[in-house]
Amino acid sequence: MTDITQKYANLAPTTAQKFRQRVLPFLALAVVLAIIPMSGPSGTAYTLLNVMGINIVFALSYNMLLGRGGLLSFGHAVYFGLGGFAAVHAMDAIGSAESGFWANYPIFFLPVIGFAGGALAGAVIGWPSCKRAGTPFAMISLGIAELIAAAGLMFGSIFGGEEGVTGDRMVGHEVFGLSLGPTSEVYWFIAFWTFVGVAGMFAFTRTPLGKLSEATRDNPERVEFIGYNPTRVRYLVFIFAGAFAGLSGGMAAVNYEIFTPEALSLVPSGLVLLMAYIGGIRYFTGPILGAILLTYMQSMLSDFTEAWLLYLGLLFICIVMFAPGGLAGVLYGFTDALRAGKLGEVIGRWAGQAIGSALALFGMIILVEVAVHWSNGFGETFEPYGLHLTFGNPLTWVLIVVPVVAGIVILRRLANTEEGVIA
Amino acid sequence: MSENALSLKGLTKSFGPAKIIQGVDLDIKAGERHAIIGPNGAGKSTLFNLISGLYTPTSGSVKLRGEEIGGMAPFKINRKGLSRSFQVSNIFANMTVRENVRCGVLYSMGYGYSFLRNIGNLKEVSEKTAEILESVDLIDKANLPAVLLPYADQRTLEIAITIAGGADVILLDEPTAGMSHSETDRAVDLITKATEGKTLVIVEHDMGVVFNLADRISVLVYGEIIATGKPEEVRGDPKVREAYLGDEADGLDEGDAA
Repeated sequence: MTDITQKYANLAPTTAQKFRQRVLPFLALAVVLAIIPMSGPSGTAYTLLNVMGINIVFALSYNMLLGRGGLLSFGHAVYFGLGGFAAVHAMDAIGSAESGFWANYPIFFLPVIGFAGGALAGAVIGWPSCKRAGTPFAMISLGIAELIAAAGLMFGSIFGGEEGVTGDRMVGHEVFGLSLGPTSEVYWFIAFWTFVGVAGMFAFTRTPLGKLSEATRDNPERVEFIGYNPTRVRYLVFIFAGAFAGLSGGMAAVNYEIFTPEALSLVPSGLVLLMAYIGGIRYFTGPILGAILLTYMQSMLSDFTEAWLLYLGLLFICIVMFAPGGLAGVLYGFTDALRAGKLGEVIGRWAGQAIGSALALFGMIILVEVAVHWSNGFGETFEPYGLHLTFGNPLTWVLIVVPVVAGIVILRRLANTEEGVIA
Repeated sequence: MSENALSLKGLTKSFGPAKIIQGVDLDIKAGERHAIIGPNGAGKSTLFNLISGLYTPTSGSVKLRGEEIGGMAPFKINRKGLSRSFQVSNIFANMTVRENVRCGVLYSMGYGYSFLRNIGNLKEVSEKTAEILESVDLIDKANLPAVLLPYADQRTLEIAITIAGGADVILLDEPTAGMSHSETDRAVDLITKATEGKTLVIVEHDMGVVFNLADRISVLVYGEIIATGKPEEVRGDPKVREAYLGDEADGLDEGDAA
């Protein structure tokens, strides 16, 4: 037996590896979260950071289904929203309570209420939805999202109608000396729960259920023949995914102090899918990257151009077609090549791909901007660097067609040589 | 031992008008190594699917140690101690070899759907996993992704997952299909070792393997068992020789040499 134990000790990762792969990233995350405020961010930056934290937890919870469980859901915002509504109602209860449970419940721990609300919603809605996997699951999730979104507008006493339900976060007991008034104090609240959410969901991947979730994603038939009911595995994973979505909903309730039925709708459900996929669903860190990028695009890019949603769509299509591993896939590919000392071999191709993509993107931007200015501004024109680009101007078409064609030619050539190498 | 590990009575399975299994009666004793042979399309895999719960019988009964299991969900049958492998490698391709076997071990160790434990800290699970990897000689490849294994090793992994849960009735569906001679010999050794003291039911095309391994053989033709008995009895049976024409009948004789 000691022999076996010895052999197994050689199999399992060493303590140093475990530290580097599992503990170090979380120490780094904690340090990053702690030093951000030292750089003295502006109010806008704090607002942006807070939304990023919420979206990181939300996108990771979505990836428990899509990436780890192989379940494509079109209605994950339902659990974010229901958790959020539970939290905002609890916030009101805290504000109006004179004594008893709610009077002693600090606002800081509202995400726990969100977690419970999301878990409850997941347990109820997951029961019928998880009977099926694959396309039926996706269709059921879409139907339920529509159902709950419609219910959100109908049941005014719960969801507050179109105005939603508002709350006040500066009530009840203070925890850690945070009044939660200014956004800089809300930052610590968000940072704390982001860390808890990320660590909790990572820990989940290390449990027997988390491993079985991956096994069920890859081969549900085989899972049945090692003693597990795949339906049960999916259902339990679904409850956890709902619970963590509810946690992010609770964070959002404190951050915005308002929840409207819009939070339950298909729009945030779609956005969280994009975050997870663009970030990379095969990697734990993928949805984190996706959430950061998309939150940034949503709040910053939308200041520069009205067409930011078109760019988001373009980005999504490009990721699906050219980088199915998402941003995390690209990043890990880069670090793997660096570690294997093969950077020299691949960097040329990557540089070519970057140039090709940049050219194609340049042409597309011109096209989109000219079109948007023309359609929105009643004859307004796109005038970058003093150029007067209208649809009638031949220069416009040169600037659109030449880079796009050149970019596509470069990308295709690279794709062909790659195939040639394999063949 | 006189107790029947597995007992089939009047078992039939139809897909619409097609009767694939037409009344199979078969008793397999505990500790026996039983081979099921038959031409292509005889219904051997269908029979396995009926026993392991993938299909529901149209009529008849399947009893595991006297308990009716016909039509029960596969995971319930598995928990009662019957485990099967598949004809095409049915493994968790994205996981490492070690993780594959570990998944097979988990339920039998009582960790069911646990979400409060770190899988890396479950010592007895780790030890059992190592023991199984050791017994099938995959321990050196434990940390490779299963998808990168050579074909023969994937077949071995398939067997490893099947025995990992500690079931005492093992169904193997063509475990040596597509293997070279030397790989087949290794696989037979491994199967003999891994199923020591257990009941083994095996579907196999390689007559050498069948005559080496089996205590008894059943011949399945068009969904019916036309003969059951010791290898030498079956080989001499005229009905069997009739069913196996030409090359395959020679194969029956080759079994001697192997």
